[in-house]
Amino acid sequence: MPARVEALTLERPRSLKAALSMLARNPALMPIAGCTDVYVSMQFGTMKPQRFIDLWSLDELRGITVKGDTLTVGALTTYTGLIESRHVVRRLPMLVAASREVGGVQIQNRGTLGGNIANASPAGDTLPVLAAANARVVLRSSQGRRTVPFEQFYTGYRSSVRRPDELITAIEFPAIRGQQWWRKVGTRRAQAISKVMIAAVRGRDVRIAFGSVGPTVILARQAAAVLQTGGSVADAQAALLTEIAPIDDIRSTRDYRARVAANLLAQFWNNSR
Amino acid sequence: MRFTLNGRARTVKSHPMKRLLDVLREDCGLTGTKEGCGEGECGACTVLIDGVAVDSCLVPAAHVEGLKVITIEGAAKTRLGKALQNAFVEHGGAQCGICTPGMILAAAPLKPGASLHEIKTALAGNLCRCTGYPAIFRSVEAALTRKKEVIRARAR
Amino acid sequence: MLYGATIRSTIPCGKITRRRIDLPAGFIVADHRDIPGKNYVALIEPDQPCLAEEHVRHVAEPVLLVAHHDKHGLIGIERHVTVDYAAATPNYDPEKSDLCFKRIAIDKGEIDRGLRNADVVIEGEYRTGHQEQLYIETNGVIAVPGDGQMTVYGSLQCPYYVHKALVVLLNLSPDKVRVIQTETGGGFGGKEEYPSMLACHAAILARKAGRPVKMIYDRVEDLIATTKRHPSIVRHRTGLTRDGKLMAVDIDVVMDGGAYATLSAVVLSRGVIHAAGPYRCDHVRIRGRAMMTHTPPNGAFRGFGAPQTQFAVEAHMDRIAEQLGIDPVRLREINALKPGDTTATGQHLGDDASALPVLREAVKRSHFTKKRRQLKGTNRGIGLSLFFHGSGFTGGGEVKLASKASLELTATGARILVASTEIGQGTRTMHAQIVADALGIPFDAVDVHEVDTEFVPDSGPTVASRTCMIVGKLLERCARDMKKRLGRQTPAQYFRAHGPFTVTAQYEPPPGLRWDDERYAGDAYGSYAWSCNVVELEVDPVTFEVTPINITAVAEIGKAIHPMMAIGQIEGGTAQGIGFALTEEVVMQDGRMANAQLTNYIIPTPLDAAPIDVAILERPYLHGPFGAKGVGEMPIDGPAPAVINALRHCGYDVRSIPATPERLLTARR
Repeated sequence: MPARVEALTLERPRSLKAALSMLARNPALMPIAGCTDVYVSMQFGTMKPQRFIDLWSLDELRGITVKGDTLTVGALTTYTGLIESRHVVRRLPMLVAASREVGGVQIQNRGTLGGNIANASPAGDTLPVLAAANARVVLRSSQGRRTVPFEQFYTGYRSSVRRPDELITAIEFPAIRGQQWWRKVGTRRAQAISKVMIAAVRGRDVRIAFGSVGPTVILARQAAAVLQTGGSVADAQAALLTEIAPIDDIRSTRDYRARVAANLLAQFWNNSR
Repeated sequence: MRFTLNGRARTVKSHPMKRLLDVLREDCGLTGTKEGCGEGECGACTVLIDGVAVDSCLVPAAHVEGLKVITIEGAAKTRLGKALQNAFVEHGGAQCGICTPGMILAAAPLKPGASLHEIKTALAGNLCRCTGYPAIFRSVEAALTRKKEVIRARAR
Repeated sequence: MLYGATIRSTIPCGKITRRRIDLPAGFIVADHRDIPGKNYVALIEPDQPCLAEEHVRHVAEPVLLVAHHDKHGLIGIERHVTVDYAAATPNYDPEKSDLCFKRIAIDKGEIDRGLRNADVVIEGEYRTGHQEQLYIETNGVIAVPGDGQMTVYGSLQCPYYVHKALVVLLNLSPDKVRVIQTETGGGFGGKEEYPSMLACHAAILARKAGRPVKMIYDRVEDLIATTKRHPSIVRHRTGLTRDGKLMAVDIDVVMDGGAYATLSAVVLSRGVIHAAGPYRCDHVRIRGRAMMTHTPPNGAFRGFGAPQTQFAVEAHMDRIAEQLGIDPVRLREINALKPGDTTATGQHLGDDASALPVLREAVKRSHFTKKRRQLKGTNRGIGLSLFFHGSGFTGGGEVKLASKASLELTATGARILVASTEIGQGTRTMHAQIVADALGIPFDAVDVHEVDTEFVPDSGPTVASRTCMIVGKLLERCARDMKKRLGRQTPAQYFRAHGPFTVTAQYEPPPGLRWDDERYAGDAYGSYAWSCNVVELEVDPVTFEVTPINITAVAEIGKAIHPMMAIGQIEGGTAQGIGFALTEEVVMQDGRMANAQLTNYIIPTPLDAAPIDVAILERPYLHGPFGAKGVGEMPIDGPAPAVINALRHCGYDVRSIPATPERLLTARR
């Protein structure tokens, strides 16, 4: 058991409006939803025990809708919810692929897309997908609503533009024109934190994103530009290596991550049209 | 906190952030749900909430309010539970047994006709150190086959 | 009941300068002064303190104990009970260590003569790392004090080891100490000796508090503080004729024992005895040493030294095959031990020596030869390993253990009384089968007494693949004795007429078994089981991930008392061996396990499991119950070298495990 449970408090707003008011009054409240990381972080000391605000029952943050070209996914959509949504299956197969490789079924049934974004891990499984998909994060506070392009959402290691009084309420995806590609390299076939991850779209525009090779998800603009303008895979790989910053850690090495990221890039380009 | 536990209404007074695993084992006295890691990796703490498998070591007590929880003690209440329990005994799916409650509940939502890959996927969040897994797959397949036969027999 | 927690050393090596306790009332703190008897965990050497006195020799060494009525009140206790140290320089390299726990020398023939007569000499160095047993249920005990007594309940394999440790620590007479095994969620050797330490801790607190104390480790503490497989460095220098006949086998084995001796001497023993593999050679020299390093003590884990040394010899054999241009199967056929041959320790093998039958069966079933040819030059490879495993304690060990088993007549049948524990391998069922068959009564009429030292005799530890072959044999003898006494009567009839009686049998070495502990020569084990693994795998050229595709395991085990359970042992041990080969790594940083979470210590999940084709051969061992030998450990000896040999086949030269993708990156030939 992680922290002493008596040291924690849990606010349980009944509506999004109530939640936002609570956050406005007390921005130190930590929003929680599926809780697949909360207890783990507390136990391993990466999160201090504190006052939480529970979003789990806020159905306003659920739901997947399509309007025109835009697919909107509620922040509380679980990975299972993404996998089972016919809209997501049709429009964002790479998001379904990523969701299928999160942990195991038990984690998929509880972890949420909003939580994956808010948790801001460099290894977040959906984050390269959101970058490659050019998604937009919808943030709300008691002051109002704003939308942030996903590629501008993170400012550094585990930090984002989300203000403490804001909640991620939904993620918007434009129509994706082109082939989608995704691959995660983990320590085993399930229950694996990724060592390297690629998500990409090949259409008239090429967008390529990598996870676990930097302090945050990396949109490989230069590598994509090389390929988009007809450059060679080798040149794109060279460009990629200047854009990523992999490290040695207890799971893998810098050299492995760099080499495999380059290989994943080549595999994507050589196997897509 | 009010919820349904293995088919019966239950009221528990506990801190809202107390882990469901601890609520089940300590407040409800049901020790069939096991703690193998406390970090959602081993699945030994798997329970069903409204029919869906979750790691109870990661669920705050507050989140089961008004919902239906099934632990291994109530596995026979699920469609496949009893068949799984029998199959694990018959086919050596349980050696030391510590992972077995979680395995059975993770397998319980499977539909008859599930492929080996679907079985592996349903169990991917459950670790076993004794069996190496083949006997667990055989047990689940046997339970699914048996269930299919029972359903067919009833239909006739 | 109180809950207990352990305050552990935060440095790998140094002197304790101060203990600081800043706690309100309601907490009980114990240190080494609270130990009434001797402050060591009795096992083999009296070197491991139960609680550190002046010095610590490894990170996580136990220094203080704390008990409290609320287990949640112990969370964060390390902030209130602190120990200051004067750190000294640690050594993590077993080859640089100046403390040797054990040295063993095995000599057969004349090694220099063998080397001179060889056409070619091939050398190699092979390394294995720590491996964690990873039982899904962590270590835990409850100690209940009485008036001048102590009872301990626990998740454990060896109640009498715990009993002995408590007697020494608490200075109580043996009849005042009672140990009861509770239902145990996996052991694999990880609960062979460690529970003695934990039981001693709980007992110290229970005695001081005058109340029962429960101590259950969470996964992180269990990973950081408890025993692991000994890392090894094994060097081979092998002389052969040009056609592949072994002329000289010269092996050096170094094992990293960690900070205290624990079982290192015996791990080394089994390791060196198996180091030459299942092969015939007239000239053998094996040197082994188990060395101290400032890391948590290593201990028992399935295989117990043999997985390390057989990894080396089998990886070496394939390099030899390649250098000589000989097919790896042929090389084994030429040199495999046959009935009548002598082992490295000079033991004559009987008719149940089955190296060749298991090799041939595995090669056939896996289509090895065809695939070896077809897969060459692809991303797939196929490799094999041939291995063996002695059952029971080495040499004179079983005689020293002098194990006993008892069988009690009951109103409805018979009751088994042994100290052998059920830890998932099917002890209770298998023992009941043996008794039922030997006694001629239905299986359901046999029951097994709870393992409680108050009632069961010392049958020895549940280790060393001896629970069937040795203890099962004792039970068979008991049953046959009981049957004679029953005459024509059923147990029920006899019981009604005469009441109950108990038969006890004690270990008798098979006639002719001779072991010389000084020269380390002779009959190392009563019997050996034999096995061959074939692993077919694929390496992803993009990610260097290794995927086992098909695994073949053929094992000759004398007699499968319960075929399904024997298959279970083979499948389970094989999976652990695959983990040992590919993913399981203890990352040590400054003497501490840095990846002490299940998310970072990688064992296979269901999606990683490859199909295992298991075949059991039976060549009865005369002195085993119904011919049975041991089966529990052998399956983990073979997969790692088979994997490494398959990797060699598809172009990767790997000589240390785990063969992670990061290592394959630079291993391409």
